[in-house]
Amino acid sequence: MHPQFVVDPPPERPSNRASAPYPGGVAEDPVPNATPEASGTPVGRRVFLGLVGLGAAGVLLGARVQDWLEREIGPLISKDGTGLASLLPIGRFRIYTVTGSLPSRRRADYSLKVGGLVDQPFTLSYPELVAMPATKLTRDFQCVTGWRVPDVEWQGVRLAELLDRAGVQADATALRFHSFDGEYTESLTLEQARRKDVIVAYQFDGSPLSDEHGGPARLYVAPMYGYKSCKWLDRIELTKNVEEGYWEVRGYDVDGWVGRSNGRDDVAT
Amino acid sequence: MPPEPRVTIADERAARDAREQPEAPLLRFDRVERTVHWVNATLFGVLMLTGAALYAGPISALVGNRETVRTLHVYSGLALPIPLLVGLLGARGKRLRTDLGRLNRWSRDDARWFRRGQRAHTRLGKFNPGQKLNAAFIAGAAIVMLATGSIMKWFDHFPLDWRTGATFAHDWFALGIWVAVVGHILFALRDGDALDSMLGGTVPAAWARKKAPLWYEELKP
Repeated sequence: MHPQFVVDPPPERPSNRASAPYPGGVAEDPVPNATPEASGTPVGRRVFLGLVGLGAAGVLLGARVQDWLEREIGPLISKDGTGLASLLPIGRFRIYTVTGSLPSRRRADYSLKVGGLVDQPFTLSYPELVAMPATKLTRDFQCVTGWRVPDVEWQGVRLAELLDRAGVQADATALRFHSFDGEYTESLTLEQARRKDVIVAYQFDGSPLSDEHGGPARLYVAPMYGYKSCKWLDRIELTKNVEEGYWEVRGYDVDGWVGRSNGRDDVAT
Repeated sequence: MPPEPRVTIADERAARDAREQPEAPLLRFDRVERTVHWVNATLFGVLMLTGAALYAGPISALVGNRETVRTLHVYSGLALPIPLLVGLLGARGKRLRTDLGRLNRWSRDDARWFRRGQRAHTRLGKFNPGQKLNAAFIAGAAIVMLATGSIMKWFDHFPLDWRTGATFAHDWFALGIWVAVVGHILFALRDGDALDSMLGGTVPAAWARKKAPLWYEELKP
């Protein structure tokens, strides 16, 4: 037996709730109310409702909190030596697709087509693309939904090189990018496309670009929000005017400069 | 004359204990409760592992098949409320409903139990406060995960900020769930009788007298 139960004075019991549970004298199934525990404080319900409230607040305010975390905590996490902090949901990529499935193409089957208002339309295989003069860029990657990944290293071919090779015709002022997901499109002006920090990337942090990140090759527009950097790049088309891309039709800014568009004030990348 | 054999109190007790049958085990969880628990546990396991594969780059690379993993994650998530809701229905769900009531209600001793110095002086019911807290947390977190996961899945029906916010809440609650579930498993492994009762249904009476005295008294007044 357990002497402390005999020796100890009986602990205080909350008794105020147990009195007259059924004012009308209704006969109810006695079992649940017969348990001594039925008379306690409903802490479980409070915890449950508190969490639901916290979740709702997270949905409504999370975007702002995320911005703050990326700005204040993100730089610390990239310096953490143990790698444990990198498990936290700060400073990491989110994988978005606009189609139901994750687009995937083998490098051996990949080709990049450049056409439209050009003198010499051409198609590059993956090895041909990789054989061109390479450019490396290490920048923060900023998404218009708020997350930011610090110091991502990209390697690829300057878009300007591809344009020179194709020979842009005089009446072309813009580019239209098509993804092999069959849905996604993007746009840049000719001037934007000729910037030194705009590349067709095929390497990410030292490894070949994975499906998740838009491999085998994608556009990378360093000074703009992520949606401008068309993933799973299939075809580049020179056009007479800017034709709005997938998200731009849905309200995003065509000139998606980080910190100067879409009503956001992020630090430039 | 040989001396009369002396019968001590201890001898009498031993004789009485030998006469009496050992106390029968007590039913702690009925079949409905055990089934709901293990179906939930399976779904949680699938959700946590597929979630990790979608979230952490190295695991993603190892597992691959992002599409299959995502589909599995989404359908397991949508299925999550079903076992509990079905288990609660009808006459079969009576014990589960009663136990949910027990998990909800906290006595003054439950609050004292968290203070180390006072734990020895508390008398608990069927569930200890740690189990109560775990149950409430998992229930609340599951609802939040279901809602935020749905916003992430059908994002184009919601404002852009909600998608970001839902992702934010989903990520942090997921970390909380990992901590709670790993903790739950470790505590369960430390109490073999309690773990057995989630497998076979019963606990030894001695376990109930020690760990859940109020419940024991309720069953054996």
